[in-house]
Amino acid sequence: MSSNYKIEIKNIYKVFGADPSAAIAKIKGGASKSEILKQTGNVVGLNDVSMAIEAGHIHVIMGLSGSGKSTLIRHFNRLIEPTSGQVIVDGQDVLKFSKKELEHYRRNKVSMVFQRFGLCPHETVLANAAFGLKVQGVPRAEREEKARYWLEQVGLAGVEKHYPRQLSGGMQQRVGLARALVNDPDILLMDEAFSALDPLIKSEMQDQLLQLQKKLNKTIVFITHDLDEALKIGDRIAILKDGELVQQGTASDILMRPADDYVKDFIGGVNRYKAIRVSHLLRKVPLAMVKGGETFADARPAPTGTVRVNQPLEEVMPLLMGTDSSLAVHNDEGVLVGHLDKAEVMKALYH
Amino acid sequence: MFPEMIDPRVFRGVVDDSIEQFVIQWATSLEEFFYPFLQLLNFFESVLLNSPWWLVVGVVSAAAYASARKLSLAALIAVAMLAIGFLGLWEDGMRTLALMLVCTLVATAVGVPLGILMSWSNRFRAVMLPVLDIMQTMPSFVYLIPAIMLFGPGKIPAVLATVVYAVPPLIRLTDLGIRQVDDEIIEAAQSFGANRMQKLFWVQIPLALPSIMAGINQATMMALSMVVIASMIGAQGLGFQVLQGITRLEVGRGLMAGLAIVLLAVVFDRITQAFGKRAQAHLHTNS
Repeated sequence: MSSNYKIEIKNIYKVFGADPSAAIAKIKGGASKSEILKQTGNVVGLNDVSMAIEAGHIHVIMGLSGSGKSTLIRHFNRLIEPTSGQVIVDGQDVLKFSKKELEHYRRNKVSMVFQRFGLCPHETVLANAAFGLKVQGVPRAEREEKARYWLEQVGLAGVEKHYPRQLSGGMQQRVGLARALVNDPDILLMDEAFSALDPLIKSEMQDQLLQLQKKLNKTIVFITHDLDEALKIGDRIAILKDGELVQQGTASDILMRPADDYVKDFIGGVNRYKAIRVSHLLRKVPLAMVKGGETFADARPAPTGTVRVNQPLEEVMPLLMGTDSSLAVHNDEGVLVGHLDKAEVMKALYH
Repeated sequence: MFPEMIDPRVFRGVVDDSIEQFVIQWATSLEEFFYPFLQLLNFFESVLLNSPWWLVVGVVSAAAYASARKLSLAALIAVAMLAIGFLGLWEDGMRTLALMLVCTLVATAVGVPLGILMSWSNRFRAVMLPVLDIMQTMPSFVYLIPAIMLFGPGKIPAVLATVVYAVPPLIRLTDLGIRQVDDEIIEAAQSFGANRMQKLFWVQIPLALPSIMAGINQATMMALSMVVIASMIGAQGLGFQVLQGITRLEVGRGLMAGLAIVLLAVVFDRITQAFGKRAQAHLHTNS
């Protein structure tokens, strides 16, 4: 294994239609998606997408409908085969797997959560959650015990005997999440997992996912069309447009340094007070010390008041208004991690 | 006059000869192959005929209750069965019931796997669709004649003809049912590493079950409409009574037997439909 990345996809092209190779030749010749559709009748799903995903992070892939994001996520577990390219997980090329190896990979290493849940309506919640283990041939008692544990973890204790249709959307998706976690996969693929839920439940599920992730440290690939969601949960965000990657980076990269007008438009509608978090603008303590070669109490005036890293700007505004320089920033354990400069905040808000 | 391109007599002669050759070569082995069906049919017949009538009525209405969990349906089915007895057609009714049971079993054993194969392969489907059209529209006497040449008049060609006529809707509805299973549920099963058989038995068949049950229901109804023709080639039972009514111009006899066929149809229809509805129970309830 030469790379530090959990998942790398390299130069993925996906063309839907009768003659993909002709279409690919045209793409490489610089033709646009609509020209190719007109000339060859083939639909370009993905156009030379490459990305690398670190272990233990939430990597959000964002795009509007038709951007190819659901197609892309299905390449990670080969529900869709690319026309060309590589999908490398833990140093192995998933596309070279035999049928048996692919089954083994899907059973043990990667699980998926679906937009419309994809639960079996004829099975109980418990049987649904245990599905992955049933596929592996795990005896009933053992798989149901594990399924019960994970149902409890996602807050569904007591509904094991119900059928999916008897539950609300949010609860059904919790079953979907439990089902994905029961296999104890390294990688969790979430295809618009919360998009079908109403806003309140959606926000609850996002919080729960972040909570779980703190304990589990999975590598999560999360698809969404919702920028607020992407900014809230994504350690890294990739923006997809017409099957092409337009920008990859952290939430603050996207918000502060949009790569082009498309991304600018995209973030234009975002409520920056809510979307931008203290962490995005953080001036880290150690960095200041190294840079200046002196103490961190550099030329700027000493901070007044303290805030926490993951608070949105909206919550720290009152404090910030009361200061004319910067605020001290603490992490959840109460350790000083850096400063939030008023000037930076003003710049970010009125970008 | 339409211009004559080929001599139809030559063509007919070729077909006649090859069928004759086929019969000479294969009659014995085919008869051996189908012998178990005959045994099964005889077994059902003797069980139904040797059991006391009240036991048969009881078992059939118990099956109705098991399928619907409704006493009203069980009672209706019991009344229908008793009515067949009151019409004086108990024995013929039992023979027809046995024939129906065997035909339904054979049709299910043949039709469901074929429907599954059709749903898997578009190529196989393209081949099967015209075959099914032919099976449904070709007048049954056309294939009854070679069947009688092979097996002689009797119950085997009767079962064959009935199954050929009754199985197409079951095959179509199985194919349709499996193709209509929600893609996302299939993808979910695949994403957990389910192989083809796990996917089939744990996801596709259970979710297609309402459609498959509708197919079995259709197959039984079509099979019942074949009993008169089946009786012409040696199957006994209600069809034979209808046939005698026609040939002897005894309208009363024909009407009574016809009524008994309708009553049997009601029995089969209600029981298979109730099974279909129960198969849907969890698929479409919202609470």
